[in-house]
Amino acid sequence: MTVALDLRRVGHAYFGQSVLKGIDLSIAPGEVVALVGPSGSGKSTVAQIAAGLTDAREGRVARNYARHAMVFQEPRLLPWATARQNIRFALRRSGLPRREWAARVARAAALAEFDAADLGKYPVELSGGMRQRVAIARALVVEPDFVFFDEPFTALDVALKRRMQDLVIAASREARFAALFITHDVTEAIRIAHRIAVLDLRGRGIAGTRTLPGEPGTREENFCFILRQRYLAEDPLFRHIHDVDERRRP
Amino acid sequence: MTAAFLKDRADRLLHFLWSGWAGVAALALLAAAWQAGHERWGGFILPDPLETLRTAWALALSPDAQAVLWLTGGRALSGFALASAAGVLIGIAAGYAPAVMRLARPLLTVILGVPPIAWIVLAMMWFGTNGTTVAVVILISATPVVFVSAAEAIATRDRGLDDMAEVFGHGLFARFWHVDLRQAAAPLFPALALALGTAFKVAVMAEMLANAGGIGGALARARAMLDVPEALAWVLLAVVALLVVEYGLIRPFQGEVERWRRAAQPWGVKR
Ligand SMILES: Nc1ncnc2c1ncn2[C@@H]1O[C@H](COP(=O)(O)OP(=O)(O)OP(=O)(O)O)[C@@H](O)[C@H]1O
Ligand SMILES: [Mg+2]
Repeated sequence: MTVALDLRRVGHAYFGQSVLKGIDLSIAPGEVVALVGPSGSGKSTVAQIAAGLTDAREGRVARNYARHAMVFQEPRLLPWATARQNIRFALRRSGLPRREWAARVARAAALAEFDAADLGKYPVELSGGMRQRVAIARALVVEPDFVFFDEPFTALDVALKRRMQDLVIAASREARFAALFITHDVTEAIRIAHRIAVLDLRGRGIAGTRTLPGEPGTREENFCFILRQRYLAEDPLFRHIHDVDERRRP
Repeated sequence: MTAAFLKDRADRLLHFLWSGWAGVAALALLAAAWQAGHERWGGFILPDPLETLRTAWALALSPDAQAVLWLTGGRALSGFALASAAGVLIGIAAGYAPAVMRLARPLLTVILGVPPIAWIVLAMMWFGTNGTTVAVVILISATPVVFVSAAEAIATRDRGLDDMAEVFGHGLFARFWHVDLRQAAAPLFPALALALGTAFKVAVMAEMLANAGGIGGALARARAMLDVPEALAWVLLAVVALLVVEYGLIRPFQGEVERWRRAAQPWGVKR
């Protein structure tokens, strides 16, 4: 079996304090894996290491994909650049000839359901939801085959959140990218992913994974809800998901 | 594209000119107070503002005085350029490297603690009474503000944007050029304007004390002759020269770089 992303015994420490230890996770091409875990368990650190932004202290990261992109919790747009320039910023290093940029940007904006009329606006002129759409368009514009999402929709209201989730589901089906989707919302994980991986409460490995039936986007609302209830009520794997005391480490 | 580009620039210029009304009103107030002072204390202490204006105008038209203005302006500008370059370069280095920052901080405190006048005296003894003295004193006086703001700007940059740029394949230099430097521009411009003002003031002061010609030299001569109108006329010209450089050079550049900030302003405040 080929893998797009493979983490082997990855560990990390900040200033001598161990945050991650023995993380094993592999993601197949086209597979969307949701990584859930309580706040402070080290999910963002896993994404940082997997994407190569941080070098792991221990272990090995293998990336067998052509091009990756990332959507962060905050939009992380350049405030001095318009929406269009922000999306193009991702294309600069893509090796795509300049004359094809405009078409690419238009397509990515359409995928993210960002109104083309707003492409000339600066981030300060956009609402929070619109900014996150620009961030998604910026990720999609490079036509990645792997996308990291680090709690991208946490700041959005419920209705908008669902809309954005549908958008990611549609995009991942169409573009067939694999993804590591970090969230602490179990419903979101159930809707979006093929598989859910639960990070240990203290970042000591992946506590377990659950493969979800069916394809993302084809699951009934009702089914997602019942599954969520069952996971939270009966599945010991999800017992600590909603622990909120940002973990005083022993 | 080009039409929109030109329209945006024209828009900004008009807004700027329109905001000039407030400036004119403030100047009128100052002139009124000056006139009142003139009527109260007489022409010897405070000459008629109109007469001063006429003297300044006559000076500005005379080739000799123009040479003097160019001399001081050139010194101030080259000193400013040196100071900004040094301040920005060392500041950026300090912003990235905490070790440089820790070394530079106490040095700055010492340099800032020495009064500018002491630097002038020292520089006169080291370099003699000439343009070099003026340049050195400007460099020492104007570099610290630029340095501090550049260092702060880089040290407090939004690292999230760096990570974002790295994810999309931008290397170290591209991140510095497209992300960090752009972020640093915002706090840097006010510091540059301040440094420019310092450069002009220090230039005139150093010229006067070092007897190195220029506006400072002309002021010294006016003082010796107790010619208050001429002294005031020179002061006026020095201020105008500063304003010309600031609004002709620094502000347009800033407006260009900070275009997005105007977009952030709500309607009705855009003036
Ligand atoms: N740059 C850093 N320097 C020092 N410690 C850090 C740094 N980033 C994260 N940590 C620590 O590492 C641990 C894991 O942080 P991380 O951001 O990966 O958690 P998370 O699971 O993403 O949490 P959340 O759900 O709240 O985003 C935390 O205890 C945090 O204090
Ligand atoms: Mg996080």
